[in-house]
Amino acid sequence: MAETSQHGEHGAPATGETRRDFLILAAGAMGAIATIAVVWPLIETMNPAADTLALSSTEIDISGIEVGQAIVVVWRGKPVFVRHRAPEEIEEARKVSLDDLGDKQSDEERAKKAEWLILVGVCTHLGCIPLGTKQGDPRGDFGGWFCPCHGSHYDTSGRIRKGPAPRNLEVPPYEFLSDTLVKIG
Amino acid sequence: MSTPVPRNKVAQWIEYRLPIFSWANHNLIDFPEPKNLNYWWNFGSLAGIILVIQIITGIVLAMHYTPHVDHAFDSVERIMRDVEWGWLIRYIHMNGASMFFAVVYIHIFRGMYYGSYKSPREILWWLGIILLFLIMGTAFMGYVLPWGQMSFWAATVITNLVSAIPWIGETLRDWLWGGFSVDNPTLNRFFSLHYLLPFVIVGVVILHIWALHHRRSNNPLGIDVKSAKDTIPFHPYYTVRDLFGLGAMLFVLFVFVFFVPNMLGETINYVKADPLQTPPHIVPEWYFLPYYAILRAIPDKLGGVVAMVASIAILFILPWLDTSKVRSARFRPIYKQLFWVFVADCFVLGWVGANPPEGSFVWIGQICTIYYFAHFLIILPILGKLERPRPLPDSIHEAVLKKRGGAPAVQPAATMEKH
Ligand code: HEM
Ligand code: FES
Repeated sequence: MAETSQHGEHGAPATGETRRDFLILAAGAMGAIATIAVVWPLIETMNPAADTLALSSTEIDISGIEVGQAIVVVWRGKPVFVRHRAPEEIEEARKVSLDDLGDKQSDEERAKKAEWLILVGVCTHLGCIPLGTKQGDPRGDFGGWFCPCHGSHYDTSGRIRKGPAPRNLEVPPYEFLSDTLVKIG
Repeated sequence: MSTPVPRNKVAQWIEYRLPIFSWANHNLIDFPEPKNLNYWWNFGSLAGIILVIQIITGIVLAMHYTPHVDHAFDSVERIMRDVEWGWLIRYIHMNGASMFFAVVYIHIFRGMYYGSYKSPREILWWLGIILLFLIMGTAFMGYVLPWGQMSFWAATVITNLVSAIPWIGETLRDWLWGGFSVDNPTLNRFFSLHYLLPFVIVGVVILHIWALHHRRSNNPLGIDVKSAKDTIPFHPYYTVRDLFGLGAMLFVLFVFVFFVPNMLGETINYVKADPLQTPPHIVPEWYFLPYYAILRAIPDKLGGVVAMVASIAILFILPWLDTSKVRSARFRPIYKQLFWVFVADCFVLGWVGANPPEGSFVWIGQICTIYYFAHFLIILPILGKLERPRPLPDSIHEAVLKKRGGAPAVQPAATMEKH
């Protein structure tokens, strides 16, 4: 080091050093950019492909669902629960104080029409399908759904009340096309 | 025995261009091993042989297997019923995976008992832990391939662990899936990776053995080899013993394959995957149960995942957590007991993991999880300072002679002089 700086006064060796440093740096930077350019598309190929994304909406006819009943439909390969809630269930969901909830959300925010509760039927813990849609299923301590995998309890608004799940059952994007037709996605 | 230059003309021709004969001679024939190795030293070579068995049976299975959600389950059933000897190949592959873990776990516990992770074998130890992670990943993805109910739901639950990572977790999970749930793209890439990873494992095994042959085997006394008197050549002494061990292992493997091929599996995996119906009780294969218990012991999603990964990753720093200078538990009276307590703790965790997280299983699982980490983080660092190790023998051959004792000490000592 000390030697190089001494030679620096004469010009030649010092310029040689800096030019080499520059070339190493430039080559290294190009190499890094090239690596990223190669790796990026490889990683991107693993993302959901266009056809998978295209399956992103489903229309369902809800006219046949009796009060108190629920059905399961498939949206993006996941189950979606559509529950025709009874008045008691709506009342129960609405009288809960937000302070009692882990993931604070009012029932009004979660249901566009009070009697129709539409949820992605995937436990927010590790992705099992909670029980409670079929007649005779256990519905947990809060009358909604119960996830058998690690014991998460959801209430009549699909909100997490007990167990390891961190969040409420997700509400998918949906709109009522008419009184009996719902578009999910 | 030691012929550095082969006598055969063809072999000489080859040797001159690629010194494969002297290489084999150095590593497999004359290679000096401590003379006091016991049967716990068989498990490394056994693991290597199972890897080969898995690769061969796997390649044959792949000739008949179809990685598509509509056909995977049926193609495996076809292997079982219609493909000639298909049932045998599949049962070997299935039970071979269990055997792999049994052997690797014994191999790891051996290392912990005899302090094989201590200097200068830390990198050898790290490579072993990397191998454990790779084998776990391979077995997990293989289990998804038959596309039964447990395949599907295990894949769902395990890939969802990723979603616990703050901010990017869910994006990362969808990227892993290649969709919005475990589906055909997931099955396809799992098959691709399940085919690839065993060969990555082969590569890491080569590094593992390189490190081993560089610093040589530890031994039950945990003291260094000091002279040629402490060693015997690998061939024929250990080649024969490894072959004997192989016979014993194959016996156990084939008892499973022929008599109870499905004992270690879950019956419900013979029901085709149904993305709309979670089975009432989800359990992983036996070899993942302790980690599953640790995952569930922590009542927080991210915390559970972190603890589960940490339970293995902590092995990376084991060489520094254990502050004792003495390697072998033989000379560590307290560690020797606590080692077995630790082994028992792992078994209890496995038992908890197999049961639903209710009642006493919850607190038993939590206590065992705390003990698991306390063993590494509290007990080992302190014990190394407090414990008074028993005196170490001067050399391996002296200790061996003393043990062979009973005969007057003069005679063997005299024989040794001739060397
Ligand atoms: C590290 C070595 C390996 C391990 C631990 C392993 C583990 C497994 C496991 C646990 C299964 C599920 C068995 C079942 O329940 O049916 C499986 C299936 C499968 N494996 Fe492997 N495997 C290994 C190497 C390979 C290799 C090298 C191939 C070659 C392509 C392969 C191809 C397959 C195929 C096609 C299946 C699906 C058929 C079946 O389920 O039996 N495996 N593997
Ligand atoms: S997946 Fe529902 S509680 Fe774990």
